[in-house]
Amino acid sequence: MSLFWFSHTALEPESYRSRLTDPAAGGYASFEGWVRNHNEGQPVTRLEYEAFESLAVKEGERIVREAIARFGVLHAACVHRLGSLQIGELAVWVGVSSHHRAEAFAACRYIIDEVKHRVPIWKKEYYLNGDSGWVNCERCASAHR
Amino acid sequence: MTNAAPLFGLVLAGGASTRMRRDKAALEYHGRTQLEWTYELVSTLCLATFVSVRPEQRNDPVRARFPQIIDKEDEFGPLAGIAAALRAHPKAAWLVVACDLPFVTEATLRRLVEARDPERIATVYRSSCDGLPEPLCAIWEPAARDAVSQHLAVGKLCPRKLLIQSDCKLIDLVDPHALENINTPEEWQAANARLANKRTEGDSSEEQRTSISLRVQYFAVLREQAGRSEELLDSFARSPSELYEQLRAKHGFSLEPSQLKVAVNDEFSDWNVRLQHGDTVVFIPPVAGG
Repeated sequence: MSLFWFSHTALEPESYRSRLTDPAAGGYASFEGWVRNHNEGQPVTRLEYEAFESLAVKEGERIVREAIARFGVLHAACVHRLGSLQIGELAVWVGVSSHHRAEAFAACRYIIDEVKHRVPIWKKEYYLNGDSGWVNCERCASAHR
Repeated sequence: MTNAAPLFGLVLAGGASTRMRRDKAALEYHGRTQLEWTYELVSTLCLATFVSVRPEQRNDPVRARFPQIIDKEDEFGPLAGIAAALRAHPKAAWLVVACDLPFVTEATLRRLVEARDPERIATVYRSSCDGLPEPLCAIWEPAARDAVSQHLAVGKLCPRKLLIQSDCKLIDLVDPHALENINTPEEWQAANARLANKRTEGDSSEEQRTSISLRVQYFAVLREQAGRSEELLDSFARSPSELYEQLRAKHGFSLEPSQLKVAVNDEFSDWNVRLQHGDTVVFIPPVAGG
C-alpha cells in the first residue's frame, strides 16, 4: 500500500480511510488540513501548492514509515494536494489505524508535523488585496520586488 | 565580422581616485602598476591601444609614457574618455577597460571580443550583481559616437544609463567576480591577497579544472526569480555551494544559502559534495506543506 502520494484533484478521504481498515485495529485517527481564508492577519482568496515530487514522495514515505515504526501502529498514509485550491478545500489528509487510540493520535500528529517541515512542498497564497506570496519565503520575495 | 570596424584599445585612467586617496592607476597588483598591466592585457587583443587621461594628467609620470587620448576640457567622467576616443578615431571600435579591475584576465577580454556584435552600439558584460550592463569593460562601436556626445551634451555622465537605453549585446561573465572594482585601500589589500591565492592554486589544480554539464531544476520562489523551471549549463562549480553562488549572481536570487537545502539527483545532499558531470541539482527554498 502506498504510504505517501500527491493528488492533482480534490482529495477523497473516504476512499483513503478504507485502505487502512484491519480486523486487528481498535481505532482510526485522521487529520485533514483545510485551506483557510486568512493567514497572519491577511485575507486569503486561494492557494497554490507546488512540490519537488520525486524527492517529496521519498521523504513523505520515510516519514510515514518512521511513524509506523516509532508508535507501533498498524497502518498509516498521507496524501497531499497540488495545484490551485479554493477556500475550504482539503490540502492534506493523514490517516492512521492502530490497536489503541493513543498511538493513532500520536502517529497522526507526528506525520503532519514532519511533513510540514521536511517535505519539499511550497504554498503560494493569493490575498484579497491582489498580492501574493510564498509562505515562509515572504522576506525573500519582498526583497526581490 | 567582415565589415566590423578595427578594434582599438582604451584603458581608462582619468579617475580622481577620491576614496582610494591615491592614484588607482599607480597601484600595484601583479607586480606592476595596474595601468601597465591593463595596458598590456588590452594591447594583446587590439590593433592600437591608448590611455584615456584628463588634460591635467597628460604629463603625469605614470601616464606620460603611453599613447594618450585626452578628455575634452568640459566633459567629465569615464564617458568623456570614451567620447574622446570615438571622436579621435571615428572608424575604430574600442575595447574599453577601466584600470581599477584587477580580476580581469585575458580570457575575460577575449570572450568579449569573440562575442562582439558590430551591428549593435556595444558588446558588454551583464553585471553579476544587478544584471545591468558593465560599461567599463566593454566594446564600444563607432555607431555609439553620436549617442555618447549627446548624452554628455545634456549633462549626463553615466555610461551605464546610456547603455541601458541603447541596443547593446549583453553577455554573461564566466567568473562572477571578474569585474569587481577597487575603490578603497582595504579593497586593494584584499584584492592582492585573493590574487596571491589564485596564483598558488593556479600552479596546481586550477589548470586541470574542466567544466561539467549540470541540470538545475527550480521550484517556487526560485523558479519565479530564475524565470524558468530548469536549465542545462556547463559549470566550473565543484560543489552545490559554488553552483548556488554562480546562479545567484546570474539570476539575482534573494535567498541566502543558509535558508536553503540542496538535493542532488533527487536526494537531499550536503552543500560541499563533489558535483559530477550529468548531475541534477535542486535548491530547496523554505518548505510550507500542509
